[in-house]
Amino acid sequence: MLPEFVAPAVNGTDRTFSLYVHVPFCVSRCGYCDFNTYISPDLGPGASHESYADTAIKELEFAAEALEQSGVDPKPLHSVFYGGGTPTLLAAHDLNRILQRARELFGIAPGAEITTEANPDSLSFEAVGLLAEGGFNRISMGMQSSVSHVLQVLERTHNPDNVSAAAQWIRDASLDLSLDLIFGTPGESVADWHRSLDAVLEVRPDHVSAYGLIVEAGTKLAAQIRRGVYPNTDPDDQADKYLATEERLAAAGYRWYEISNWAYDPHHQGIHRSQHNLAYWRDQDWWGIGPGAHSHMAGVRWWNAKHPAAYASRVLDNISPAIGREVPDDEARLLEKIMLGVRLSEGLEVSVLRSQPEPDAQIALAETRRLADQGLIEPAALEDGRIVPTLKGRLLDDAITRQLAGF
Amino acid sequence: MSPVASNPPQPGSTDPSVIRNFCIVAHIDHGKSTLADRMLQNTNVVASRDMQNQFLDSMDIERERGITIKSQAVRMPWQVDGQDYILNMIDTPGHVDFAYEVSRSLAACEGAILLVDAAQGIEAQTLANLYMAMEHDLEIIPVLNKIDLPAADPERYALEISNLIGVDPDDVLKVSGKTGEGVEALLDRVVSVVPAPSGTVDAPARAMIFDSIYDTYRGVITYVRMVDGKLSPREGIRMMATGAEYELQETGVYSPDAIPGKGLGVGEVGYLITGVKDVSESKVGDTVTTKNHPAEEAIGGYSEPQPMVFSGLYPIDGSDYPALREALEKLQLNDAALSYEPETSVALGFGFRVGFLGLLHLEIVRERLEREYNLDLISTAPNVIYNVTTEDGTVVRVTNPSEFPEGKIMEVEEPMAMATIIVPSEFIGAVMELSQSKRGQLDGMDYLSEERVEIRYWIPLAEIVFDYFDLLKSRTKGYASLNWQRDGSQVADLVKVDILLQGDTVDAFSAITHRDHAYSYGVKMTSKLKELIPRQQFEVPIQAAIGSRIIARENIRAIRKDVLSKCYGGDISRKRKLLEKQKEGKKRMKMVGTVEVPQEAFIAALSTDTDSK
Repeated sequence: MLPEFVAPAVNGTDRTFSLYVHVPFCVSRCGYCDFNTYISPDLGPGASHESYADTAIKELEFAAEALEQSGVDPKPLHSVFYGGGTPTLLAAHDLNRILQRARELFGIAPGAEITTEANPDSLSFEAVGLLAEGGFNRISMGMQSSVSHVLQVLERTHNPDNVSAAAQWIRDASLDLSLDLIFGTPGESVADWHRSLDAVLEVRPDHVSAYGLIVEAGTKLAAQIRRGVYPNTDPDDQADKYLATEERLAAAGYRWYEISNWAYDPHHQGIHRSQHNLAYWRDQDWWGIGPGAHSHMAGVRWWNAKHPAAYASRVLDNISPAIGREVPDDEARLLEKIMLGVRLSEGLEVSVLRSQPEPDAQIALAETRRLADQGLIEPAALEDGRIVPTLKGRLLDDAITRQLAGF
Repeated sequence: MSPVASNPPQPGSTDPSVIRNFCIVAHIDHGKSTLADRMLQNTNVVASRDMQNQFLDSMDIERERGITIKSQAVRMPWQVDGQDYILNMIDTPGHVDFAYEVSRSLAACEGAILLVDAAQGIEAQTLANLYMAMEHDLEIIPVLNKIDLPAADPERYALEISNLIGVDPDDVLKVSGKTGEGVEALLDRVVSVVPAPSGTVDAPARAMIFDSIYDTYRGVITYVRMVDGKLSPREGIRMMATGAEYELQETGVYSPDAIPGKGLGVGEVGYLITGVKDVSESKVGDTVTTKNHPAEEAIGGYSEPQPMVFSGLYPIDGSDYPALREALEKLQLNDAALSYEPETSVALGFGFRVGFLGLLHLEIVRERLEREYNLDLISTAPNVIYNVTTEDGTVVRVTNPSEFPEGKIMEVEEPMAMATIIVPSEFIGAVMELSQSKRGQLDGMDYLSEERVEIRYWIPLAEIVFDYFDLLKSRTKGYASLNWQRDGSQVADLVKVDILLQGDTVDAFSAITHRDHAYSYGVKMTSKLKELIPRQQFEVPIQAAIGSRIIARENIRAIRKDVLSKCYGGDISRKRKLLEKQKEGKKRMKMVGTVEVPQEAFIAALSTDTDSK
């Protein structure tokens, strides 16, 4: 059950409601990956490739019931996103079944973005067609790089040549395509990165996500770097590659709208942006289905049991799979809004800073002018009441957040 | 057979002719306390069965209760040929930092046991204290200890000792504090060779203070050696150097527990309690006399403790400053040589400039502050005292680089030390190379035996204080032993090197060094700081400078990427917590101009590096 303040904060407002479905399976584990994903196709009752869809559907039903009992009025889904893991390791039929049940329980808003992540090797022409029939309208493919020695360091097993074939099937089925890329992998030269960008521009996806590699503690890659197998990532190298990315993508008609995301939008119409991810960054509401999934409703954040078997056994026993919850206080909520808002091209509204008690509001407003003087935020946007990072500011975005949050 | 005294003479009425006052001169791990314990046992001062467990345990409990545990002098009865004697064993500090205290302890004795490990031979510090004992005309009893050890080589080291002090090797006693072998013979030897104290029984009272310690319950306990006359409880006494007067509340001896008595007479060793709260009112070396019949002349040899090494002590948490002040005040009650005054540093905040007798003293004080007072401290590089003459002839006494005068300097005088190093002869080259690189001048070299040599260098105290001993140990595989004493001063080409962050001097890193070493210091500190200070939004030059002249430079390049690339649904809490953690870390940042420096960077840069050696 959600806290009492949630329903009045959500009902009758323009807050949107989205759905995330986590699929915790992969064929192999990539060295850099710290996501909640597992190689075994069968992790126990309700947690196998075959049975997982039913478990997810059961949580969906639980979600609908919990929202109803919490007094939250049903809202049609603004967006749906299947992430993983590798969702396409499940049968397309199963992915569709989950979506269908969500449609029955919540409804789907007209024009809603419905995405699944996919691995180039786990996709087939037939599967793409089935997903399109089931209602999916967007596929986000993990390409990471087109250079084989970089893929080797990342331990990505897919054949880079499969990306363009899969892209073609997606196009043929009239789905939007997004490509996920990683730059700054140990051993990747600037020329290597340009080769990956060449390959991306050849495919011409509707959307590109490009992340500087984060070496997460506890991953195989972190251990390899510690042992000296690979050199550590270099922030300057990542900065150079980020600038190259912006330059190449912008020249080809792609517009950044979040630090690591670009939409194909040559005429600046605001199209092709990921509605689902924007929902996260705009502090909207979503329910996360699946092991380890996080949810958010009007300032309440909670998360499910991490291991698929533990998750499934709770769901099958009619126990909420949520095992942790936090209600960030006002200060923490403000920090969240700042850190999310200043990552976007639409920016953070200055009014958010003004809403603080004095003297904090005045101090933060003074900081906005300082940031503009430092060349980290756009002066023109500031005039319009929005804080939008400049290109330099995008690379120093955490510093902007800290300055605005007063530390 | 056991010559334990059956009816020993009582304090205050002991005939000086049966008193033997002696100390043990030994290196730190040559078994002094084991031998002392064994003597307490053989003289029945402590029952043998209780030796290990009970005696030591009770000391622990006493320590917990804050009662003084140090028995600086123990009175032991001993019988030879049916005659009862009183042996007073006086403890001496083993370390050169406390040379003055050692000299006062030696002055309280007529004899000294030179205790040497039969497996290791004599060490430099022992040698220094031995020479001091000989200067005080003490009767030396050479003893080789630990003869039970498999590695013991008593014949070899007996020869070394005989060369050193000119005795027949056969006269070197061989004992084992551990097994007790030879200990009774040693006690007999003390009686037979250590002279009885001489002094005038009916002269005005004169007692020399050889130690004073602070006791939470009783105030200051003053250890004295009576020279002339007698001191009795409830008598008015006067400290001749300070002029302070008190009423004597209690006199007594330790055997090993405190035994209050009717007084102390000529040649006796014991304690006085006056209710004084601060050891600085009861100074080591001062002469105690009576108020009513004061002596005309004090016993010679008194001097004020002179701090030789200075260091800034700062609490890592600035809010601990009052606690540090209080802790220093308390420590000073028990340590007359400790001096301090408040100091502020841009980099480190509020702290104290503290004067010490030497490096060991510094370490002891710092450790006590951290352990007993639970303070986290950062200390600046230790510093000696320089006399700087400016162009207009003004002489400035510099105990802190920040006091170094600006502008043209006529000359800088630095304190010197005579260092005595004892090493196996194979390391002579290494010692000479190191000492010369540290600006030492060879004073002499003597072979103690075929394999061991004593090397003397006249060397700047600043070099000893800095890293000479560490380097000496590492270059001689740990074999070298070092002793040093202050020995004059010299004029040298010394300069102040400042470290600047973006043009602002970071006071904590300024150092006074020889011009020839200034460059390497500058390079070392700038490159160290470059590693330790995180990149900022702007480029930060780190410079080392002598006056306005830059001698070394590094740049911390501006940070170009300070953003987490990913932030999706589940990442939001995580990223927020990361930022909140950075906010906490920010509190430990110090601003130098506009540069943010984490406190850890200061600590790491100031801590002596082992990696670069």
